[in-house]
Amino acid sequence: MKKILAMLVAATMILGMVNIFAVAETTATGSVYYLNFKPEQAEQWEALAKVYTEQTGVPVTVVTAASGTYEDTLRSEIEKPEAPTLFQVNGPVGLKTWSDYCLDLSDTEVYKELKSDDFALKQDGQVLGLAYVIETYGLIYNKDLLAKYCALDNAVIKDASEINNFATLKAVADDIQARKDELGVLGAFTSAGMDSSSDWRFKTHLANLPIYYEYKADGIGTTEAIKGTYLDNYKQIWDLYINDATCEPAMIGGKTSEDALAEFTLGEAVFYQNGTWDYNNCINGGMTDEQLDMLPIYIGAEGEENQGLCTGSENYWCVNKKASQENIDATLAFLKWVVTSDEGRDALANQMGFVTPFKAFDDGYTAHNALLDAAARYIAEGKTSVSWNFPTMPSETWKNNLGAALLEYAQGTGSWDNVKTAFVDGWASEYAALAK
Amino acid sequence: MTNTIKRYWPVFVLPTMLAFAIGFLIPFVSGLYLSFCDFTTVSNATFVGFSNYVKAFTDTSSDFLHALWFTTAFAGLSTVLINLFGLAIALLLVRGFKGTNIFRTVFFLPNMIGGIVLGWLWQVILNGVLANYGRTLVYNEWYGFWGLMIVMLWQQAGYMMIIYISGLTSIPGELIEAAEMDGANSWQVLTRVKLPMIMPSITICTFLTLTNGFKLFDQNLALTNGMPSSQSELLALNIYNTFYGRTGWAGAGQAKAVVFCIIVVAIALIQLRATRTKEVQQ
Repeated sequence: MKKILAMLVAATMILGMVNIFAVAETTATGSVYYLNFKPEQAEQWEALAKVYTEQTGVPVTVVTAASGTYEDTLRSEIEKPEAPTLFQVNGPVGLKTWSDYCLDLSDTEVYKELKSDDFALKQDGQVLGLAYVIETYGLIYNKDLLAKYCALDNAVIKDASEINNFATLKAVADDIQARKDELGVLGAFTSAGMDSSSDWRFKTHLANLPIYYEYKADGIGTTEAIKGTYLDNYKQIWDLYINDATCEPAMIGGKTSEDALAEFTLGEAVFYQNGTWDYNNCINGGMTDEQLDMLPIYIGAEGEENQGLCTGSENYWCVNKKASQENIDATLAFLKWVVTSDEGRDALANQMGFVTPFKAFDDGYTAHNALLDAAARYIAEGKTSVSWNFPTMPSETWKNNLGAALLEYAQGTGSWDNVKTAFVDGWASEYAALAK
Repeated sequence: MTNTIKRYWPVFVLPTMLAFAIGFLIPFVSGLYLSFCDFTTVSNATFVGFSNYVKAFTDTSSDFLHALWFTTAFAGLSTVLINLFGLAIALLLVRGFKGTNIFRTVFFLPNMIGGIVLGWLWQVILNGVLANYGRTLVYNEWYGFWGLMIVMLWQQAGYMMIIYISGLTSIPGELIEAAEMDGANSWQVLTRVKLPMIMPSITICTFLTLTNGFKLFDQNLALTNGMPSSQSELLALNIYNTFYGRTGWAGAGQAKAVVFCIIVVAIALIQLRATRTKEVQQ
């Protein structure tokens, strides 16, 4: 009896293990699995997927990778029998990793919905990725506080619109910093936190400006050898950020994105470099639409009076080429529905707050909020938007080394020469490392 | 009985073996193979020979050798400190004064908190303290080094304490009594009787702290994330950053991981042999 019992127990254990290998049966009609990059919009995507399944019966799974872990998650998910059919890359450099998995979308209906080829990610004549959200960043500022400053005696400016170049921005920031007690703030700028939650604002987004001006001057869109022509301008703006701030330059190593957001929403600082994606955070922090506006990031380049905000995308949809044909068809049908149906357009524009590059959104599906409207205003005024060139940065390692050099410069343990080395020499050596 | 075991051993061993193979052997072997490959995902790999190993050691921007000696220094020092503290607390808490159990629980508790959470908590605490001196944890690598040391001491000393306590309480009372009758003072009792008798505990504790020191990842990531300039990066984090830092470098990260594995296994074996020989039979 005992023997039989033991055999039974052992057998169930083995059977239990075998179950792990049982592969879920695939449905004949195909299904969609979207690995979403943006945690901010996770719930809206899930709700939208549910609506689609109710209408068509096609199962749509939405999984959202936790912030900062998209690459890790994608690498393991794509191995599974039920791999993502729809995933994202961040631009040309990200595409290099995943191009083996990207379907050529040139004959698809969703591609034909794109307003312009500028929003498609191409490689060797194939359309491998489609931008689906256009985002904008700049210097978000607290309108109330800046107006309060303008009303002070001997203020450098009388209206926010007078800030249209670096010299004025610096004069205003220096003056606010000098009279911070009078204004009741802790500094002109929020802390330039170099904690990993916040350092991308400077090693990636701020670094875009010197790259943009260099590309523009040289008439190129990407390069394997950057010259660093505008590094002095980068230094100017970085000096301004760290010196006219709510904390000492040596303290930024411990400051997080939450710190900067809190300082801004609590009215402790006037300027805050961030983008349209941070709108909800500002509102949840207690600010109102009337308090929010955005300025271009001026770095002192020639002709910058005509410069607009930084607008672009680092979110490209890719369809998994290695998925089954039914799943690919289902995914393409889902994408078309998302960008053309009323429900899809409503979800993207009104609930997620996305500005999208698809034609069908023009009839009445435009996202609105204070920051998006500011972005639209600069374009309407005829200002030239700064394009997003950071997807051409060679690697994460390049960004990390630049960030570290910026931090060491700020806390006084390194010189600006290290930033130059990380920026210029690092660019070449990282591109060389990729080519190997 | 013996007969039954002989006949039915596969029934008992197989489930565990299967789990061991799935959870350890297969990933290990495929990891070894991947270190010789160029790959994005593990099923999409092409064989490239030793070039990953060359990359791993010649990559100047994420310095493997710096991470290696930094980790060795950290693991060595933390092994000594954690065991000294653990043993000291254990010696105090076997004296049987009031509230012993509460203290044991209190010292053990930090071990129940996950590494990332611990790292964040201590980052806030340590940065808060350092702010008074206008510094942060990432000022230079030694701030990160000692910060990490404090965190690990706080977390692991309690765990080692429990192992030492169980060792100390299992020493037969007559041995200590006999030593005292022979006129040994308390220092002599400690070094001549207690320590030799708890050598098995020392073996296991040094093994745990040494390997933990080498494999440390979560706390390193949360506390400094290798800043500044990868200077406070331990080996595990260095491997992780190599793996994800550049397109096409997953293989180099894998090669580093294989080297790392060999180092940890070698050190653990040497340490086990060294302390085992000092163990006495009761």
